[in-house]
Amino acid sequence: MAEFSTPTTEQQFAENFAQLKPVMNRTEALYESSRCLFCFDAPCIKACPSGIDIPQFIRQINSGNDTGAARTIYEANYFGNACGKVCPTEVLCEGACVYNLQDVKPIEIGRLQSYATTKAIKSGKKLFGPGEDNGKNIAVIGAGPAGISAACELRALGYAVDVFEAKAQPSGLTVYGVAPYKITNEETLAEMAYLQAQFGYNVHFNSAISSRAELEKLENKYDAIFLGIGLGKTNELGLPGEDKINCTGAVEFIAELREHQHKVAVGRKVIVLGGGNTAMDAASESSRLGAEHVILAYRRAKEEMGAYEFEYDLAKGVGVKGLFNVAPIEITGNGYVAGVKFIRTEVKDGRVQEIAGSEFVEPCDMVIKATGQAKQMEFLSLIPGLKLDSKGRIIADAHTGQTSNPKYFASGDAWNGGAEVVNAAAEAKLTARGIHAYLTK
Amino acid sequence: MPDLSINFAGIKAPNPFWLASAPPTNSGYQVMKAFDAGWGGAVWKTLGVPVVNVSSRYGGVNYRDKRLVGFNNIELISDRPLSHNLREIEEVKKRFPNHAVIASLMVQSRQEWHDIVRASQDAGADGFELNFGCPHGMCERGMGSAVGQEPKVLQMIVEWVMEVAQKPVIVKLTPNISDITEPALAARRGGADAISLINTIQSIVGVDLDKYAPYPIVDGKGTNGGYCGPAVKPIALNMVKNCAQHPDIQLPISGIGGIENWRDAVEHILLGASSVQVCTAAMHFGFGIIREMTAGLEQYMVEKGFNTIYDFVGKALPNVLHWEDLNMKYKVTANINEDKCIGCQLCYTACEDGAHQAIKLNAGTRVPEIIEENCVGCNLCSLVCPVEQCITMEQTDSGTQHLTWKERTEAGDIPTKFEDEKAGGRHHWVPEPSAALGKERYKTLPGKARVINGETEVPAEA
Repeated sequence: MAEFSTPTTEQQFAENFAQLKPVMNRTEALYESSRCLFCFDAPCIKACPSGIDIPQFIRQINSGNDTGAARTIYEANYFGNACGKVCPTEVLCEGACVYNLQDVKPIEIGRLQSYATTKAIKSGKKLFGPGEDNGKNIAVIGAGPAGISAACELRALGYAVDVFEAKAQPSGLTVYGVAPYKITNEETLAEMAYLQAQFGYNVHFNSAISSRAELEKLENKYDAIFLGIGLGKTNELGLPGEDKINCTGAVEFIAELREHQHKVAVGRKVIVLGGGNTAMDAASESSRLGAEHVILAYRRAKEEMGAYEFEYDLAKGVGVKGLFNVAPIEITGNGYVAGVKFIRTEVKDGRVQEIAGSEFVEPCDMVIKATGQAKQMEFLSLIPGLKLDSKGRIIADAHTGQTSNPKYFASGDAWNGGAEVVNAAAEAKLTARGIHAYLTK
Repeated sequence: MPDLSINFAGIKAPNPFWLASAPPTNSGYQVMKAFDAGWGGAVWKTLGVPVVNVSSRYGGVNYRDKRLVGFNNIELISDRPLSHNLREIEEVKKRFPNHAVIASLMVQSRQEWHDIVRASQDAGADGFELNFGCPHGMCERGMGSAVGQEPKVLQMIVEWVMEVAQKPVIVKLTPNISDITEPALAARRGGADAISLINTIQSIVGVDLDKYAPYPIVDGKGTNGGYCGPAVKPIALNMVKNCAQHPDIQLPISGIGGIENWRDAVEHILLGASSVQVCTAAMHFGFGIIREMTAGLEQYMVEKGFNTIYDFVGKALPNVLHWEDLNMKYKVTANINEDKCIGCQLCYTACEDGAHQAIKLNAGTRVPEIIEENCVGCNLCSLVCPVEQCITMEQTDSGTQHLTWKERTEAGDIPTKFEDEKAGGRHHWVPEPSAALGKERYKTLPGKARVINGETEVPAEA
């Protein structure tokens, strides 16, 4: 018996992917905000990569100034609502809440944050606007958390901003990569519309920048170029049979899911390869789409998974079973996926070693590879003088985001190698200031 | 089992918990329901010439998510015909002969007082409470607190009542006066058998920020009301104590003000009350709260070995002194229990900004440290600490010395000049004013300030 029946309507999809952090009503927000201690030098602020003044906005909610609370949040982080819903708050602000030390439930900071920002978004109340036109133009490549955050901050500083986005919608992985039970498409896009209405940057959708000629055009037309390109496709594993039908990358699977929701088909027995947060998402999502069995296969022991504990708990909670210390060596099947051939592993001196003769085939009809995203090396090689580190990450100044090509600035996954929405939002804000400092020198 | 029953100035009741004269005692239905639930007595909603009330009568003070920590009303005395009330008093007394039913009264002329006292005792009331306290509406007509604020008038009316009263007379006092003992003494002079206090405090509980009008709003306007509820308990306790300690009053006291659980009641009793009256809590939570009150009181008495209420009426009074009689040699110092501390640092910022800069922070830990030589033992840190028993105030003097301000004054050992060497704070460390500027700015103006001021970095010393 599957944990969930396969959703065939929008409503069933919404039920299967019910929001983990539903928006609070005023009463709940009042009660929860009342619990905040207003710590001095609050640990939650320090745990937030974007440094939101959390006790301040909670106090504002408590005193009935929801608009002010939204302003406090957005002043620090333009993805205020998205972060409230998708941040791993358990390991960030809420994990730092002093109540944890007393075995008292920490303040639900994420939900309070979304309460205030959702209210502002729904009201359409204008909290910010573009700064006085300074006559300079910036091109932003990528309309993800980094790109949009940079665009907002640059507009506030008076720049004209053109954002170029390969896909048809803004917010990057927030709408194409985050699990649907963390935030809905509507919520994500409403925040994007809200920001654009306030700051007035231009976004050119379906406008991938992929050639040297296109970059040259940008270089000539704009005073600086912001790279918020994120990461690329799921890494190839280089396994025999990887090209079989129903063997897909997690990033691609989740993008499909976010876009086509209940119209996406999932196998009856799904094997997810990987031990990171994306693997947990893909496994949970498979189960919520009605898969009868979902197996999470990881090369090392359970404790060594990169995923947050609460993410694994979420997956377990919807019936996902773990299969540890196994490495895939072949995707079997005749045209279609029919199974994964694994070999058992053990960790010796910190290295994963295969145990000879321990091969076995785990039958399945779908394989999702959640084994990391590739860097966009090909694109990055088109930028003259741009240096990357050994892992393919853009090298840029920690304070200004300026790359080794002074006209180019970077933030987000392409720079940090892959982190949370909040990291990209925080970095991009700083980098926008770095661009400003560079252009006003 | 301890005996909760009382004999209050001759009025007997199975327990000391009475409903105060207010909306919960507006009708026989309510009083019967209350007695059925376990209340020991009820002071009937004030009888007099029936009034006409406005619509929109109550206002509340909420603190964060807590509703009605304060409450006010602009309702007047009973709006029901006297005969209806008297008939129901009779009915209640028949059904509950051992419970206390007290008629609260408020009229104007001597004749009216005589008439209403006679009518009430004929109906079977166990006693009277003269309402000299209502601070809104009635006082403007020369009744309620208008009487309570004029000791001579109060005494005269008490004398009128005593001319005909065959049952005990309680005088209910208004707190809207600078010295509560003056009307209490007047009640004593007039021959009253007991006093009850406090009535409500003149108040505006809040102002509507959009309508620019005070709560409760009546057609866009408002008026001052009478304040009550948990927030007034401290004021009531002090006034109860003042009356209980006064050597010339010597009357049983029915304590009123902010009582909503057994603990509040015990506090009133320890300061001299021998019955307690409750209104707001019953209006908020219903009559069912009586179960917790009687159970709690009983448990307390068992644990303390008290057999009757009278074993502890006024038991705290010997420990309430004038400031000048307190021992100035006593010294406490704050102590932080590191194992319990959760690192909120509220004690630190409270002491920094609101006290004597006697707490410091150390690198590598969020647990603050007490600077003992700066600690004056004010308690502030222990009061703001959200963890039970985390910050405790420990006695640091030898406990062998005793010296009061009075004794110092008598010995000529007190500061008398502006620059006196004996100034208490003279040898206490105070930081330079300018040391405040920019101190821990990155902590006090977090997030936004860091970005806007370009202060993205936390200073190295942090």
